[in-house]
Amino acid sequence: MSNEVDLPELGATGLARFAWRQLTSMRTALILLMMLGIAAVPGSLIPQRSQNPMAVRQYFIDSPELAKWIDRLSGFEVYSSPWFSAIYILLFISLIGCVLPRSFEHFGAMRALPPATPRNLSRMEFFTSFSGDESNFEKGRAWLKRKRFRIRIEDGSISAEKGYLRETGNLLFHLSLILILIGVSVGSLFGMRGEAIINKGERFISLPTSYDTLTFGKLVNESTLAPFIIEVDDFQAKYDAVTNAPQDYTATVRVTNPGEKTSQIKKLKVNSPLTFGNTRVYLQANGYSPIVTVRDTAGDVVFQGPVPFLPQDGNLRSIGSIKVPDARPQIGFVASFLPTYARDAKQGGISVFPEALDPKLLFSIWEGDLGLDSGIPQSVYRIDTSKMKRIALDSLKPGESFTFSAGTITFETFVPWVNLQVVDDPGKSYALYGAIAAILGLLASLFGRRRRIWIRITSSGVVEVAGLAKNGAPGLEEEVAELVAFMRDEK
Amino acid sequence: MLTTWAYVSNYFVYSAMAVFALSFFAHAFETAWAVRAPELADNTSGNVLTKTFDYTRTERAARIATAMMILGFLLLLCGVIARGISAEHVPWGNMYEFSITGALAFTGAYLVALRKHDLRWLGLFVSISVLLTLGTAITLLYRNSAPLVPALKSTWLVIHVIAAIISGGVFLLANVIAASYLYLESMEKKGGRKPWAKRLPDLETLDQLSYRLVAFVFPLWTFAVIAGAIWAESAWGRYWGWDPKETWAFITWVAYAAYLHARVTIGWRGRRAAWLCLFAGSTFLFNYVYVNVWGTGKHTYSGL
Repeated sequence: MSNEVDLPELGATGLARFAWRQLTSMRTALILLMMLGIAAVPGSLIPQRSQNPMAVRQYFIDSPELAKWIDRLSGFEVYSSPWFSAIYILLFISLIGCVLPRSFEHFGAMRALPPATPRNLSRMEFFTSFSGDESNFEKGRAWLKRKRFRIRIEDGSISAEKGYLRETGNLLFHLSLILILIGVSVGSLFGMRGEAIINKGERFISLPTSYDTLTFGKLVNESTLAPFIIEVDDFQAKYDAVTNAPQDYTATVRVTNPGEKTSQIKKLKVNSPLTFGNTRVYLQANGYSPIVTVRDTAGDVVFQGPVPFLPQDGNLRSIGSIKVPDARPQIGFVASFLPTYARDAKQGGISVFPEALDPKLLFSIWEGDLGLDSGIPQSVYRIDTSKMKRIALDSLKPGESFTFSAGTITFETFVPWVNLQVVDDPGKSYALYGAIAAILGLLASLFGRRRRIWIRITSSGVVEVAGLAKNGAPGLEEEVAELVAFMRDEK
Repeated sequence: MLTTWAYVSNYFVYSAMAVFALSFFAHAFETAWAVRAPELADNTSGNVLTKTFDYTRTERAARIATAMMILGFLLLLCGVIARGISAEHVPWGNMYEFSITGALAFTGAYLVALRKHDLRWLGLFVSISVLLTLGTAITLLYRNSAPLVPALKSTWLVIHVIAAIISGGVFLLANVIAASYLYLESMEKKGGRKPWAKRLPDLETLDQLSYRLVAFVFPLWTFAVIAGAIWAESAWGRYWGWDPKETWAFITWVAYAAYLHARVTIGWRGRRAAWLCLFAGSTFLFNYVYVNVWGTGKHTYSGL
């Protein structure tokens, strides 16, 4: 006895056809859809590089072994990982394989006449018959025509169908999902995204070197940057006096379009970005830049200017560093800026309000090697003090100076800074149109009612009317009753 | 003046809670009485009676319960509006405000569905869950009325959040019905419905109803997600960034899309469909609770 089964030879084309059928089957599509949902979960539980790179770095410090494994499985970039991409690409192939043939079929069906009237109408739904003549029949035809039914007339019978919109909507919905995917892809291939911190009073020229961070899509490069100029004239932040929560941020900016000489003054707010063609500029964050002057023992200026500090909490306690690599030996200031200074028994100097009501600069002074030449990239907000020695500690109010062994530091004043995010997303309009079409399609497919109505007049003078609702669409009974009433002249 | 409105709002919310409590008792009385009625008849007459129920005896209680539910809805509506006046913006700035509006939407969804279907058997559940939601909101989540943070200052707040809250209310209602389906189905399998459950609709009706609710509100949920994306584009510089809230909104959308396909295209009914519906609804709840309370990301504002 052999358990071998003689399988028919599939061959390469047969196998491919089999795989295609499997992939485009509804069951596979449904499984892929569920898999897509499940695959999206880890990205919301594990910090993602694209959103919170600091948290990812912290994860590596807290549990290095686990982090290494998560990283190997692209757990910190779930949404651009090979496995996530594989799922949605397969899903979309499946969707295209399912929807395109159906679209052609539907296109054909829309232009074809409704199917012929069935022989036995009494088997259909809502069957009604009454004695009548040609005039009743004609009335029925007029009614159906007025109600925009698709009509097929054979001798003695009418076959009418309506509600193709349901399938049209269904197909439109699925096709527009493809349009959304195209929009997302165009955005990530041809887009750009950059950020820059600009102090109040400074001018920003959109050149690759002006950005703090700048990333391009795979198919574009620096040459596509629109060289507009933004000058930050003013920045106002309003805070609630009770809750300390921000109420309004407004940056007044002077904008010069690429290639133009004249500039315009515009207001930039959180929910109203500036627009340059496809490029938009957003007000994303703000903070303070203390302006300090450092002099050496001879009184010569070795450092001067505003230094952006990084906010740490809602009251804008900000940390930063002032690096003076030209001093011999090198000097560094590890500092915090407190817009409204207060002293806390546990934490030391804190800020109790985000507005600069009683600003203070706290710092420690370090002498030695700043490590700037080591080639390892350093944060501008921090100093690696491992090769340095602390020589002093103090705090200053605006206008005050402090003299230490290697010179003098003066806290002149401070200015606010704004973080501008510059985004060019050429695909977003496709995504938007896709989204609008998707909703319209969805509405049509869920609320559209496809139904057929037949009228027949027999040689013995009996008029028969019946209907058929697809997908159990409601309301056909009333419709048939209305038609019958009209035909019998009751209305 | 504005703080006065906040107090007015709180009084309205407390009154609504009291009225919902009354509605709960009326529903409980109705349910209990409907069960006991035939047994009493049984004892007095000594005849063997089949356990069918005399609804005329409980009709009055049912009417009172529904009236209370409507009154509670109106009071809560006033509470939400007063809260909005006190804060000078639509009252969706923090989780307390979301919760009271969510409870309002849930009651509203129930009352609207009640116009077409006799859902009064659900009233007991609806009133107690609204009561619990309001209780949690006012004790644990309460925050003083405050102005909006700049990121929330947009017309899209109204559009996006109202769509999301209404969808949530209807999703939860569909979930409750799907859960009742599963419970009753297992009861029937074990040998028939218990007396109190006999008055509930048959399984087929429940199955259809939870599907209808989902099918009705799925486009609205789609719209809520898209409106959120449009708003995110103008506030944060990208329309989709896989922020935890966005991710879970997407997961909910995918789950309900799967549910609709499973029903319409593959023809799932009954048990499997109900489980899928429950799963989809739980992703919505998870999004609301987890992302707001423990989550990180851009959807967390001003201490809940």
